[in-house]
Amino acid sequence: MHRYRFVLTRPLQLLPVLFGISVITFLLVRAIPGDPARILLGTRATPTALARIRAQYGLDEPLWTQYFYFLKNLAHGEMGRSILYKVDVLGLVFERLEPTVVLVLGSVVLALLIAVPLATLAATHRGGWVDHLVRVVSTGGLGLPAFWLAIMLIILFSVRLDLFPVSGYGDTWIDKLHHMVLPCLTIALSLSAVLTRSLRASLIAETQSDAATAVRARGLPESVVFRRHVLPNSLIPTLNLLAVNIGWLIGGTVVIESVFAIPGMGQLLVRAIFTRDYMVVQGVAMVFAVASVVVNFLADVLTVTLDPRVTL
Amino acid sequence: MSAPLLRVEGLTVESRAGEAATRIVDGVSFALRRGEILGLVGESGSGKTMACRALMRLLPSSRLALAGGSVELAGEEIMGLPEAAFRSIRGRRIGMIFQNPASHLDPVMRIGEQIAESVRFHQGGRRRQANEKAVELLRQVGIPDPAQRAAAFPHEFSGGMRQRAMIALALASDPEILIADEPTTALDVTVQAQILRLLKEIRDSRGLSIIFITHDLGVVAQLCDSICVLYGGRVCEIGPKREVLAHPRHPYTAGLMACQPGTAGGSGRLRTIPGYPPASDALPSGCRFHPRCSHAVSPCAEVQPPLDPFAPDHLAACHNPVRQASLRTRETA
Repeated sequence: MHRYRFVLTRPLQLLPVLFGISVITFLLVRAIPGDPARILLGTRATPTALARIRAQYGLDEPLWTQYFYFLKNLAHGEMGRSILYKVDVLGLVFERLEPTVVLVLGSVVLALLIAVPLATLAATHRGGWVDHLVRVVSTGGLGLPAFWLAIMLIILFSVRLDLFPVSGYGDTWIDKLHHMVLPCLTIALSLSAVLTRSLRASLIAETQSDAATAVRARGLPESVVFRRHVLPNSLIPTLNLLAVNIGWLIGGTVVIESVFAIPGMGQLLVRAIFTRDYMVVQGVAMVFAVASVVVNFLADVLTVTLDPRVTL
Repeated sequence: MSAPLLRVEGLTVESRAGEAATRIVDGVSFALRRGEILGLVGESGSGKTMACRALMRLLPSSRLALAGGSVELAGEEIMGLPEAAFRSIRGRRIGMIFQNPASHLDPVMRIGEQIAESVRFHQGGRRRQANEKAVELLRQVGIPDPAQRAAAFPHEFSGGMRQRAMIALALASDPEILIADEPTTALDVTVQAQILRLLKEIRDSRGLSIIFITHDLGVVAQLCDSICVLYGGRVCEIGPKREVLAHPRHPYTAGLMACQPGTAGGSGRLRTIPGYPPASDALPSGCRFHPRCSHAVSPCAEVQPPLDPFAPDHLAACHNPVRQASLRTRETA
């Protein structure tokens, strides 16, 4: 089981990564011009009121002291208090976690549901009109900006056809999923474009591989060759590509949540940046960073499980 | 003499590039008796692999097509069979092993599972029985500790072990004929000898017939009962091994033999046949060997020589065949 030894050592490597990210987010958010106290109290606030707010959140301390407090909080599993909402950042983040997680998972599932059949269809009808259509559509999908696609989907499915809500997030699970169809579809369309192209190429390569020829030479029918040999071998590189894209996707939820007014982490982050709510920006950035690292870690576990040749 | 198990007549494979079609396998005929090992000999590009791929209907490109010929398996014509019916022959009656076992095994499936898959498909039965059969097959091809090794993946096997596993895979469907496409070329010499011995054992214990594709006359001398020499997609000489190796009639066969280290004698330079094998898109007219042939006479460039008999079952296609005396002089020269 030495191939899985990295499961124990990898979390240790997470520490320096998180340290680096904490420095970068701490400095970047303070590099934005604007004063949180001023934004909170408005332009007519008295100097004493401003000073009181700054003192309350430690904003009058030197930068390195502020950073020290930030680290100390993190070590205790806290992220400080939001200047705008006046509650603990951690609680705020947990409240907003669910819609974002649903959005990311839904998008990935939908993207796979689109990509696997399309790539299979294209690869098995290579050079035919289905193949050309899939290639043209997936190339197009790569070029479309997500915010534009989101608006087009809203116009078509919500405004014209009245099938899905325009924006927001529901209360019951069915309601929530109903609200998440269009946001997930927006992300899934561009994500599946990448996946389809990759999977189609590997399917074609694996169909012509020596190993597939050898299986055919044993008299096994094409359906068995495809299902048991070509597909598993082709999915490995595509799943790796998916893992890389999920990291990028977590950041991409910011745009989608804004367009669809989903009360998730992305929306929280955008509002926090506008109000210079330093603690919230730092907190959300840390959560995004941890999520990306964890997703890549899970992808490595999956790769080692699927491909016996890989040792990490 | 009993009727042959496999009779191949005029097998032709065309390579189509645009309008032009070239015959990369041109009218190849041979016969294989039960329990016989036939060596299919030739340089790279001589068409030996393509002829066998055509037999299995596993031509590697859509630009290659079967353009004619007849294949009789146990007296029954199989060339015209539809694909679905042919699948009961592929694997089940004619098995195949390949030059590079590393790339011809599925890298992400356990060896035992690959064998069991074939067993289940061809013989039915439960998963457990198939797994037991897989272990038994691994034992038969000489893999030590087969029950444990069945759970290994191909990359955990050595080159020789992988070729043994390939042989076990081919035997899983219990074929009558095994096509071995240069199965020892990628292996080192000691392992090569072990695999050759294994193939002979399997032939003896199962009565298997083997078509052994190789470019190595030394291997043919060790293993085979008869030889079919191909050049430029055509048969140039065919016959029983002893007869052909003792009295080669085609200058190409004689040349190949002279190229074998050891037969040329002494510590001199390795002999070679001057020139290169023809490219498949620029095959010479007449006898395809004539540009490289030291025996070439006037009709060689225009007229394709027919396969003429020289001894019982020994045929060669040459306008100016090698006489024994001339071969001796060449050897002592």
